[in-house]
Amino acid sequence: MRPTFLKSPALPRTLLSLLLCGAALGASVSAIAAPVKVGLALDISGPFAALGAEARDGFALGIKQLGGKLGGQDVEFVQADMAGSPDQAKQLVDRMIQRDKIDIFSGPIGSNVALAVGPTLFNAKVPYLSANAGPSQFAGAQCSPYFFGTAYQNDQFHEAAGKFAQDRAFKKIVLIAPNYPAGKDALGGFKRQFKGQVADELYTKLGQIDYAAELAQLRAAKPDSIYFFLPGAMGINFIKQFVGAGLSKDITLVTSGFSADEDVIGAVGEPMLGLFNTSHWAHDLDNAANKAFVAAFRKEYNGRYPSVYAAQAYDAILAMDAAVKQSGGNAQNRDAVVAALKKANYASTRGTFKYANNHFPIENFYLRVIGKDAQGKVTNKLINTVLTNYGDSYASKCSMK
Amino acid sequence: MSGILVLEQLLNGIGYGLMLFLLAAGLTLVFGIMDVLNLAHGSLFMAGAYVAAEAHTRTGSFAAAIVVAVLVTVVVALLIEVLLMRRLYKRDHLAQVLATFGVILVADDIVKMIWGPSPIMAPTPAALSGPVELMDGLPYPSYRLVILAGGVLMALALYVLVNHTRIGMRVRAGASDRPMAELMGVRVGRIFNGVFLLGAALAALAGALMGPIVAVQVGMGEAILIPALVVLVIGGIGSVRGAFVAALLVGVVDTIGRAFVPMLLRATLPPATAADLGPLFAEVAMYALMVVVLIFRPSGLFSARS
Repeated sequence: MRPTFLKSPALPRTLLSLLLCGAALGASVSAIAAPVKVGLALDISGPFAALGAEARDGFALGIKQLGGKLGGQDVEFVQADMAGSPDQAKQLVDRMIQRDKIDIFSGPIGSNVALAVGPTLFNAKVPYLSANAGPSQFAGAQCSPYFFGTAYQNDQFHEAAGKFAQDRAFKKIVLIAPNYPAGKDALGGFKRQFKGQVADELYTKLGQIDYAAELAQLRAAKPDSIYFFLPGAMGINFIKQFVGAGLSKDITLVTSGFSADEDVIGAVGEPMLGLFNTSHWAHDLDNAANKAFVAAFRKEYNGRYPSVYAAQAYDAILAMDAAVKQSGGNAQNRDAVVAALKKANYASTRGTFKYANNHFPIENFYLRVIGKDAQGKVTNKLINTVLTNYGDSYASKCSMK
Repeated sequence: MSGILVLEQLLNGIGYGLMLFLLAAGLTLVFGIMDVLNLAHGSLFMAGAYVAAEAHTRTGSFAAAIVVAVLVTVVVALLIEVLLMRRLYKRDHLAQVLATFGVILVADDIVKMIWGPSPIMAPTPAALSGPVELMDGLPYPSYRLVILAGGVLMALALYVLVNHTRIGMRVRAGASDRPMAELMGVRVGRIFNGVFLLGAALAALAGALMGPIVAVQVGMGEAILIPALVVLVIGGIGSVRGAFVAALLVGVVDTIGRAFVPMLLRATLPPATAADLGPLFAEVAMYALMVVVLIFRPSGLFSARS
């Protein structure tokens, strides 16, 4: 049966009045002022949903703290769920540029999405602050003055893990990653810093859920440590099954911060205790901006610790705020905004950092281990700095000076 | 390659196969008897996993969690049956596929609304979180042994139910020749309701058991539905025995494809080539098995409608 309101004669009239209201509203807004327009991709569905939800919370907190303004200017945030899909993202970004005329863009979680929307944004001269993805293409030959990898370059997490493994002098290490470009890049990055013996490299199916076959091989190979890059739920399964198989007694697990942050800890819990991982940020990193951020985040979200994705998103909002302010409040002057962004002159949650010529950060990388906080909650603890003022390996291929 | 490694991998394959069996048994009975293709079967698996994880976290009891998961999922299945499936019996397979695919989308969104998009924690019962020394040099996760035992028990129970009870006789009659069974006075429609709910209970049980070793996340039902459908095709539609044999075959072949083929490749080929080919073999192994079986037995190993 059809819902009765569809037949109601009042419907066309209601629609018409709604449309008129919308038109009137649109006219009045454009008559008052031209606010800064910021396009934000929220990947709250699709393959990066969990990470996207963290980023969304980080953005929301930053926006709230700034009273919805950037550099004192009114802002209109154009938000869209790109669902981690390059095709969908491309369409939505086209619309943001052409219809909404955005001045700044940020958000996508996945490198594949960043690569899909980057060229369009660069052509339109819209500064793009990547709050997570740091594909090597944009760090090297395809670098653009309008792109800022405000978070990290993809390889850096793995290089830091490789350096840790090198410093610990592991004798026999096995590497595991899914069989797709980012998986191979991850293991390549690890080996750039680890000079010891890699006993074996296992490539699994992307999206695999059962690791029993791999774990049996690991038991037979008897390594002293394992480095794994298994994003999202793959890592969750791997860690749980690894501990369940009793392998954690003899083998040290090492991973990048991607597989050991709050989103994964929430799903795995106690079995993750003792897991070493590397990141450019930690919630207990000792600087004033970070302490204020973590306290505010925990207050806003029921005591939950922020993840690296939330911190990066929050940082992106702070960077925009500083850039609008330092460019004299004129967000439409793209060159001034880019010049201001390049200075990275704001209180970042990861402390001070600089941009290299390719607009990717030169920053510290830290070793974290999963332990318990004072309340017995399972979370990351910062141990030490693994790489100091570390740049990426692609900057020399970028022609920007 | 040591004997222990082979044994361990064999156990892994059988465990995975038994879980596939729990899923495929319900699927094959529904498809076999009523000729209804229910793609939402995987969503029932997901429902079982989520409810069990939630109940386990709240009550702290694993056994209670499984019971609650099965009960809740059966209620959900009853709703789906009454509200949707009944309208689909007389429609063709395409309509059934489209409608039940719609159920998958709705189910994923409902789960996302209740539990959020991130995977949730399904704790392993504390007593079963460590390994057991099966023999010298072979510690095996004790939880996987429980899964093995649970799968074998359920398979036995189903075998007895289908082959040695009056209800089972009617189920088999409905599966092999529905019009004739109806002429003989079997009320196939009512039998089907029972079978549909039984299938849901089995899917929920599989989900509840699998939850602690895999991630409980949105879309987990779709990922396991494909192998379950392969099992159904290999085993022969409508045959529980076929589903059992096929599930074990798929489980073992999948494990061989993932464990031993890449190992052999790495031993003989340059590492880069082996890294490219290994996962490919793992992915293809299950489908290759299906192709080989279908060449020799086009209606599956033990088709109920031969």
